[in-house]
Amino acid sequence: MSPILEVKNLAVRFGPTLAVRNASFTVQKGETHCIVGESGCGKSVTALAIMNLLARNGQRDAKAIQFSGQDILAYSDRQMEDVRGNRMAMIFQEPMTSLNPSYTVGSQMTEVLRRHHNTTRDKAEQRAIALMQRVGITAPQMRLGQYPHQLSGGLRQRVMIAMALMCDPELLIADEPTTALDVTVQAQILRLLAELKQELGLGILLITHDLGIVARVADHVSVMYAGEVIESGRTADLFANPTHPYTRGLIDCVPVPGKIKPGEALGSIPGTVPVIKDGFSGCAFRFRCAHASEVCTQAAPRREIGPDHVVHCHLPRQGADQ
Amino acid sequence: MSKTAALTLKDLSCTFHVQGGLFQPARHVRAVDRISFTLEEGGVLGIVGESGCGKTTLARMILGLQNPTSGEAFVHGQRLSELDRRARARLIQPVFQDPFSSLNPKHRIKDIVALPLRAQGRFEPQEIERRTAAILERVGLSTEQGRRLPAELSGGQRQRVAIARALILEPRIVVCDEPTSALDVSVQAQILNLLGELRRDLKLTYVFISHNLAVVEHVASEVMVMYLGRMVERNTTASLFKQPRHPYTQALLASVLTPEPGLGLPDVGLGDTMPDPSNIPSGCRFHPRCLKAQPQCATITPSPSTPSDRAMVECHLF
Repeated sequence: MSPILEVKNLAVRFGPTLAVRNASFTVQKGETHCIVGESGCGKSVTALAIMNLLARNGQRDAKAIQFSGQDILAYSDRQMEDVRGNRMAMIFQEPMTSLNPSYTVGSQMTEVLRRHHNTTRDKAEQRAIALMQRVGITAPQMRLGQYPHQLSGGLRQRVMIAMALMCDPELLIADEPTTALDVTVQAQILRLLAELKQELGLGILLITHDLGIVARVADHVSVMYAGEVIESGRTADLFANPTHPYTRGLIDCVPVPGKIKPGEALGSIPGTVPVIKDGFSGCAFRFRCAHASEVCTQAAPRREIGPDHVVHCHLPRQGADQ
Repeated sequence: MSKTAALTLKDLSCTFHVQGGLFQPARHVRAVDRISFTLEEGGVLGIVGESGCGKTTLARMILGLQNPTSGEAFVHGQRLSELDRRARARLIQPVFQDPFSSLNPKHRIKDIVALPLRAQGRFEPQEIERRTAAILERVGLSTEQGRRLPAELSGGQRQRVAIARALILEPRIVVCDEPTSALDVSVQAQILNLLGELRRDLKLTYVFISHNLAVVEHVASEVMVMYLGRMVERNTTASLFKQPRHPYTQALLASVLTPEPGLGLPDVGLGDTMPDPSNIPSGCRFHPRCLKAQPQCATITPSPSTPSDRAMVECHLF
């Protein structure tokens, strides 16, 4: 396997606020890499930083962002425009707000191909129809002439996926692609993404807050907290041996049918994610951590606790103990 | 059977008339279709179903915010339609989904929480202040936080405010419409635990609407599954999760993604045609998406059967 995306030491700041700090991860070809964390942990900002779509007051800094072997960190806006939507495509959370309500589905879908590859309208429409069929949209010819409001939520998200695939991307960045959808539709959309990954050898960077999704679709996971990747590893390893107290806490919060007896409390993490400003030091989770001690005011060391399994914590905990 | 009924629904229906476009006729959307149910005092009724199945309309009717087209709801034996607004507010209160839009952004937290008491118009200012402070403390908010504006609180804290506001009149029933779906899992767990504690301490009855079946399994004592306005299955939570009967319930349960790696993604098998509430299929309304559909399902409407005392399922297979 070869990496399609390698992010090295990414940092993003908005004025004095540090949204992402020293985040590094790799997405392999044909692999789904999940970034998971609570709101405000910097996961969406990470995705925007990779695509260089940060708001004007956002500053990004990194050692490198290698996309398909090239460092896109140094790319000009013009060069980035040729990459975005073409070789690197995205799907956003809310398919209603990310589709333009005043253009038909067809004109939005074909625009990508016509813009990047100068394709004729007919050819672009043929490709759009083929892709709509591939993502399970019935009567694609009719859908091309429809406006986004005429489609259901699941259908809109399928249109977004088909649109993202128009130019045969190598990397798909999906930011909470199923959060706005019903559970039944969510399962279908995630299955579709998994099939496309297999078929087209896509690399997928999937951003989610839902550990259920992570467990079922990810090959690799990075857990983010307050802008940092605090634990990462292969999915099976991470769930079998969650090591950072935050990862453990997150897993315990998720209600699972049959896991907890009626009337028993769910595990929870007290408090909320802190906002990290200039001059902050130490482990950002120490304010909510049951195991915090004096040493946690110093930066947490990086420890490898297994092949590919890395944790940033002063307390490496064994899988066996509680 | 000694427990008293907190909430009784009798053939409750609600039909909306949707104005057609210039060249389209007006349509009738039957959002809730003849739902009957009895919920015992202290119970938690979970209502599940996809968007558009009528669960929010049902909740609005239970709250008295939407008049039923036909049928009746009874709260502690009293006909809901005969209660005035203040009396209704003392019995039944809502907690809504989105704590970002359900709190007035220009009012201070303690004023938001105290408003239901003020609206009753029979409490002294000192009494209002005392009760507000007590309920804020009960839901885990400080006096200092009571002086803030909603924008200064996090999502979880705002949902605590919504809960405090719902509980200040000491109602008997609280209707929670997706109370945690806008929150992070860690915060969701805090709120669910708080709701559980309050129910035990204050002897509350909940109607709990959620699309997350794992959450429903955790909080509910009974579950109602809705599909296109109809209750298609009802059972105690334990039995429903152990033995889902209706093919739709089975599909819903199969689509829950638990954090267990290696299980892969379920094939729910519901197809990709979403149901349209303004165009309800003939026969069994679920038949176009049902894996087990038989010829009769397209023509004959199934009647409810009761496989056990607490269970109801509306399907030709039973």
